[in-house]
Amino acid sequence: MNSFYSKWLGGKHGAIELAILAAFIFVVMPLWLDIFRLNMVGKYLTYAFAAVGLVMVWGYGGILSLGQGVFFGIGGYCMAMFLKLEASDPVSTAHQTTPGIPDFMDWNQVTHLPLFWEPFHSLTFTLIAVVVAPLVMAYIIGAAMFKRRVGGVYFSIITQAIAAILTILVVGQQGMTGGINGITDLKTLHGWNINSDAAKYALYYVNGALLIGVIMLCKFVLSSKLGRLLLAMRDKEDRVRFSGYDVANFKIFTFCLGAVISAIGGAMFTLQVGFMSPSFVGIVPSIEMVIFAAIGGRMSLVGAVYGTLLVNYGKTVFSESFPSLWLFFMGAMFIVVVMFFPKGLSGLYDTYLKVWLGHLVTKFGKSGLPEKLNPIKTELQNGK
Amino acid sequence: MGGYSLSDLWSILVMQGFSGLSLFSVLLLMALGLAIIFGQMGVINMAHGEFMTIGAYTIYFFSKITEKYFPGLMPFYFVVAIIAAFSIAFLIGYLVEYVLIRHLYKRPLDTLLATWGLSLIMQQIFRSMFGAREVSATLPNWLMGSWKPTPDIDIPLNGLFVMAMSIVVTLVVVLFLYRSNWGLKVRATTQNRIMAGAVGINTRKIDRITFATGCGIAGIAGACFTTIASTGPTSGSLYIVDTFLVVVFGGSASLFGTVASAFTIAQAQSILTFFMTNAMGKVVTLLAIIIILMMRPEGLFTSKVRK
Amino acid sequence: MPSKKSMLPTNYSAVLSGGAMPTRKKIAFAVAGTLFFALTASSYGAGPATSQVDTTHLAVTDTEVTVGQLHSSTGTMAISETGAIEAERLAISQINAMGGVLGRKIKVIQEDGASDWPTFAEKAKKLLEENRVAAIFGCWTSASRKAVLPVLERDNGLLYYPTFYEGLEQSKNVVYTGQEATQQVFAGLDWVSKTKNAKTFYLIGSDYIWPRTTMKLARKYIETVLHGKVVGEEYAALGSTDFGSTINKIRLKKPDVIYAAVVGGSNVSWFKQMKAAGINGKDHTLLTLSVTEDEAKGIGGENLVGFYSAMKYFQSLNTPRNETFVKEFKVMWGAGAPVGDVTQAAYEGPWIWKAAVEKAGSFDTDKVAKAEESGTISFDAPEGMVYLEPNHHLKTKLRIGEWRTDGQADIVYTSGYIMPNPFPKGY
Repeated sequence: MNSFYSKWLGGKHGAIELAILAAFIFVVMPLWLDIFRLNMVGKYLTYAFAAVGLVMVWGYGGILSLGQGVFFGIGGYCMAMFLKLEASDPVSTAHQTTPGIPDFMDWNQVTHLPLFWEPFHSLTFTLIAVVVAPLVMAYIIGAAMFKRRVGGVYFSIITQAIAAILTILVVGQQGMTGGINGITDLKTLHGWNINSDAAKYALYYVNGALLIGVIMLCKFVLSSKLGRLLLAMRDKEDRVRFSGYDVANFKIFTFCLGAVISAIGGAMFTLQVGFMSPSFVGIVPSIEMVIFAAIGGRMSLVGAVYGTLLVNYGKTVFSESFPSLWLFFMGAMFIVVVMFFPKGLSGLYDTYLKVWLGHLVTKFGKSGLPEKLNPIKTELQNGK
Repeated sequence: MGGYSLSDLWSILVMQGFSGLSLFSVLLLMALGLAIIFGQMGVINMAHGEFMTIGAYTIYFFSKITEKYFPGLMPFYFVVAIIAAFSIAFLIGYLVEYVLIRHLYKRPLDTLLATWGLSLIMQQIFRSMFGAREVSATLPNWLMGSWKPTPDIDIPLNGLFVMAMSIVVTLVVVLFLYRSNWGLKVRATTQNRIMAGAVGINTRKIDRITFATGCGIAGIAGACFTTIASTGPTSGSLYIVDTFLVVVFGGSASLFGTVASAFTIAQAQSILTFFMTNAMGKVVTLLAIIIILMMRPEGLFTSKVRK
Repeated sequence: MPSKKSMLPTNYSAVLSGGAMPTRKKIAFAVAGTLFFALTASSYGAGPATSQVDTTHLAVTDTEVTVGQLHSSTGTMAISETGAIEAERLAISQINAMGGVLGRKIKVIQEDGASDWPTFAEKAKKLLEENRVAAIFGCWTSASRKAVLPVLERDNGLLYYPTFYEGLEQSKNVVYTGQEATQQVFAGLDWVSKTKNAKTFYLIGSDYIWPRTTMKLARKYIETVLHGKVVGEEYAALGSTDFGSTINKIRLKKPDVIYAAVVGGSNVSWFKQMKAAGINGKDHTLLTLSVTEDEAKGIGGENLVGFYSAMKYFQSLNTPRNETFVKEFKVMWGAGAPVGDVTQAAYEGPWIWKAAVEKAGSFDTDKVAKAEESGTISFDAPEGMVYLEPNHHLKTKLRIGEWRTDGQADIVYTSGYIMPNPFPKGY
């Protein structure tokens, strides 16, 4: 139990953070918002998966991936393929030239289901694919790059190119992928109408629980030896290498972890929104995901969630109030955060709120507690 | 290819060769500015495309003014406008460096985020100033149509112009970088900022001018592209990925690498799109670039860069 | 989609080519635009009681009805969608000036789709579920419409969609005021094969659903009806700016007609590079489906001169009705604003909605949709009378315009009325 506490929750502070986040997602949001807005929050929380993945890959691993949208897209497409097949049963597609295949295939004169679609009749296979497909992809990219010590900016640009290529491929092969329209009009999951209000509530909670689970998993990874090695690698890669560790393998692991986390988000996106679009695979969403993580604080798993919510909240509010000027606000927000709050929301929390909480705790002097806050004090003294 | 006469094939071959060269000069012109900013300074300028758009709108603006007030000068305005395109982009680049970039040199990946925000703002400024629709500059007659060395061969004049501009700009950049005092300082700063500072180079000033020059060259590129492509608030986003690919593929700090990489990519894409469809040609080119980058991660030609 | 199925059988025998249709006698429900209703009502609220006209809790009060407008005002599609936004605003302000709909003033909530399909779906949902709008005027690309469609069907909303598009769709919740592919393709090909004696065609489009579907129809029509030959068919990646090699291929094949559907920023590159490669309207025949006056502004008239567009509307259309409309549009949005095909089609949206609502005597979606399917709604549009067919598309004419240097087109051919046929048999 004790090791669970310190490893999976990240100690007292980690546990409090997680509890607040859980309360926020599971209690505050559903009480505060109607189902339409809650569903929107659910959608944003799926982006938070990608942001959490980026905290691991970028914040701790030091690798900035500009292709996180690719993995989000893979997860989303896997789920969308399953749902689309279910929505395309021979009865409801009877008016097509070839009944029983997805409508967009019929429009593109595809007369039989492509082979790689076949296994997606099975939900089990789909769920496995959501995890395994991005894993394989990330492994191939990671192994090719990290074994050859490609890093830093190069890696970012190359992942960006991969995102661009995949978008062109997905859009170009529209008979098999739905092209630029994406895979739309998804209706049921094993006969369960995913568009009903009840389903939306249920999916929202599943999504939230998965997100919390993923954060706990990341905390566990970070509290292990691997986590410390990651930090060490980020700061002085050569020293870790000289100490006898295979740096590339750790990087590949982190990259794969981030990819799988994003893909889970993608799959949840498809379920909650009811379609998948190639616009997620492209460059713009990938950069936006980085921005979510940056605004939340690139070293904070929980911060990434708040960052995602804040940016998307801003987007929604700005664009509803100023449909033709909102880009000014968004652009300014990114610049201000990068320039003045490089540690994002979690940096603000650490420098202001945490200290204030610390004072509060000291003031009401519970024995033992100030001791535990010492690390923060030293951090402050060191000018962090 | 049966059914075509030999002279047909010959003229297609000539024109195909030219369109490869033309694409090469387009890519080179796009990438030169970024090669300086990203290659020499390590700044990831996601707003590079928007600096090109500044150049394009400058041409549009000048063409409208000239058409309205000095119609007799139409054949000549383009030259003035290109200089203006450079100057305006240079000035804005200078300002951006001062306000934004100089605070971020120690955090190169953060420049990506900040300049991304900048690009959003710039797009919206274009939209507010020039409207959301695409515009078209009236080009002088000497830039329109084609040159016909034989009845079957058409060499695009605007292609020739872009080619000439990219040669001029490349030569000027090479001369400045490798034959001038300023270039020496830039290279010194690239290789070792602290030492450069220690020997009395004002590295901050060098940075500012280097960044602004890169932006100015983007302005020239954008100005030239009004002759072959669209001018709209989001036109710049069409170029940004290709531009980065050229620079990275060439090896970031090597100007020669940028030239070689623009040439390789242009020829590959041009030949592939001739034998495949346009979209497939592009995909195959991009895939090839990625595979080569995986084998040669530091690009085709490398030189020492500060990390 | 059961609604789709039940409507199919009636329309399979549609007219494919532009022969003159015997005009069915329509009930004089036609709204004759502003010319007809010269007097303006200054106060609202004279219509029937709200409880009568709205039984589904829409945003309708005694004096006001709220509608949504959903286009991209930012992102790459803002280039194209601005005209539609402006035209819908014009139509709504004119309707308001003449007393609104059922005695209620139209209030508009504008949302930005930001050229991003998921955003379109989200905003449509917001407009329908939060704002409870009575109708949405919006979307431009097929992808945005496809993203919005399930939302509309679920929340039972109404969409008025202005763009010419690929067809293969029909929904109770959508009225398509642009042409579907068969309306745009067949008559134009007939014309070009007759007047230019064309036998060989080169097809080129951007790589997505609309050009691909359109080219599929075109190829079949060329091969089976015109007995011509397609010597090349090719698609360019969206956003592609280099057409050098493609143009060389076309020169090698020497087609009688270049048949083009390139869109967006690519479109400008395509025409500029064609012109520079010596392919011009004097020596070559090019018929495009994707250039309206809006695009012409970005491409530049000098690069287009002599080429042809197949559209249902051109700004230069020489009728008093159209001249009034163009004048009104320029007064509201400035002399520089071009009026293209989609802009005009977007202008029709609010008017058709108004006609349908007034026929139904209610804002309820089901009743409005039923009125729309009655086959009796028509509108004296700038392009001429248009008739809303029970399959939710408009019966219109097709025109061929020859581009001039000033970015306007001379109309060189006008077809008879063409029945919309979104699900053509055998194609």
